[in-house]
Amino acid sequence: MNLATIATEDACHLNSGCGFPAPNAEIFFLEPYSLTLFGHHLLISKSIILALLVALIVITFFVAVSRSSKLVPSKLQSIGEQAYLFIRDQIAREVIGKEGDKFVPFLGSLFFFIWICNLMGVVPGAQFPVMSSLAFPVALTLMVYITYVYLGMKHQGPIKFFTNAAFPPGVPKAMYVLLTPLELLGLLVTRPVTQAIRLFANMFAGHLLITTFTVGAYYLLSPSIIGALGSATSFGVTVVLTGFEMFIQGLQAFIFTLLTAVYIGGSLHAEH
Amino acid sequence: MTTFLLASAEKHDVNILRVPLDELFIGTVAFLLVFFALAKFAFPRISKTLDERADAIEGGIKRAQDSQDEATALLESYKAQLADARTEAAAIRNQAQAEKATIIEQAKSEAATAAAAVTERASASIEAERAQAVASLRRDVSDLALTLAGKVVGETLQDDAKARATVDRFIAELEAQAAK
Repeated sequence: MNLATIATEDACHLNSGCGFPAPNAEIFFLEPYSLTLFGHHLLISKSIILALLVALIVITFFVAVSRSSKLVPSKLQSIGEQAYLFIRDQIAREVIGKEGDKFVPFLGSLFFFIWICNLMGVVPGAQFPVMSSLAFPVALTLMVYITYVYLGMKHQGPIKFFTNAAFPPGVPKAMYVLLTPLELLGLLVTRPVTQAIRLFANMFAGHLLITTFTVGAYYLLSPSIIGALGSATSFGVTVVLTGFEMFIQGLQAFIFTLLTAVYIGGSLHAEH
Repeated sequence: MTTFLLASAEKHDVNILRVPLDELFIGTVAFLLVFFALAKFAFPRISKTLDERADAIEGGIKRAQDSQDEATALLESYKAQLADARTEAAAIRNQAQAEKATIIEQAKSEAATAAAAVTERASASIEAERAQAVASLRRDVSDLALTLAGKVVGETLQDDAKARATVDRFIAELEAQAAK
């Protein structure tokens, strides 16, 4: 079930006797590609193929820009350096400080992997944001979670890390009755869950919105004034929304990476 | 249409919060591939290039600064040397002036001394010559007088000491008279 089937097979238009085929969650469950590999029959979803493609794109880009690094950079090298400096100066050093330099590869991988995965939502031909499938945000969030818990236990002590978080200093003792459960919940549950859901939900909603207006433009296309105007408007909204969605895609990748940096920074040093 | 959607809804699990394990696994693998490529190859090289460039730029500035400092130091040292040379020249000039004055003074006094000596010697020699001339004149005059007197009295008084004494006394009287 996908847009192509909604639009073409049914030829459903305004005044053709069928209601608006509003897209629903179905559009996120595409027929998996059937593949036989080494005698095994595999069903591979579009998001898996796109995720691997994105990994290939990101790796190829950064290896290409850094392969022949020169003191006087080429245009391509310059772009790669700007990308690197963005992660290092705007995220790692800004949030973690000088010791954030160690985490630039991790943060950079997160940002560019997520960003390009998100961009797949508007790239013609792909048009499916990988991160709208919850499994991918969960996979990334798990790695972030393991990283900051490990770093916290390593830098603050295996038990100190949790007690430092559970008993924030400068608070009246009685408040710990309330604060301690909340802080522990925040550290161990809320953080990873919200980080994953935020990314997933943004991409999910954006894709659903764009699809709705795209289908709307096609559905309204009919020989009538309302149909023509409505279709044109819907198409215009789709274009604007696509631009807006590209902004959101970058923003969500940035927020995910920024939060990761904040969590790592918090693990390196206990709150004062 | 509606039936079709319902049918496919029944066919698939449409729980949007499901986490298929294959996607979870591939998501992790894809990210780790990106991470290792960036951490092992791309970012260290980019970082190294950026550091080298910063070094090259800062090194260039530092070299220029060093040259500037060196030039300034050299200029200072030249200025100091020039000032030294000037002071030295002034000192030498002053000394020369002083020596000149001394030499002139010395020369003047030597010249004066020499002149005085010459004058003294000249006057001494003049005195001596005069005395000699007087003595010789006296003898000549006395001889002439004797010869004249002998001729007058007709006798030879030349070897007579008495006569000579007489003549001498006469001359002395003449001189005394002339001195008056």
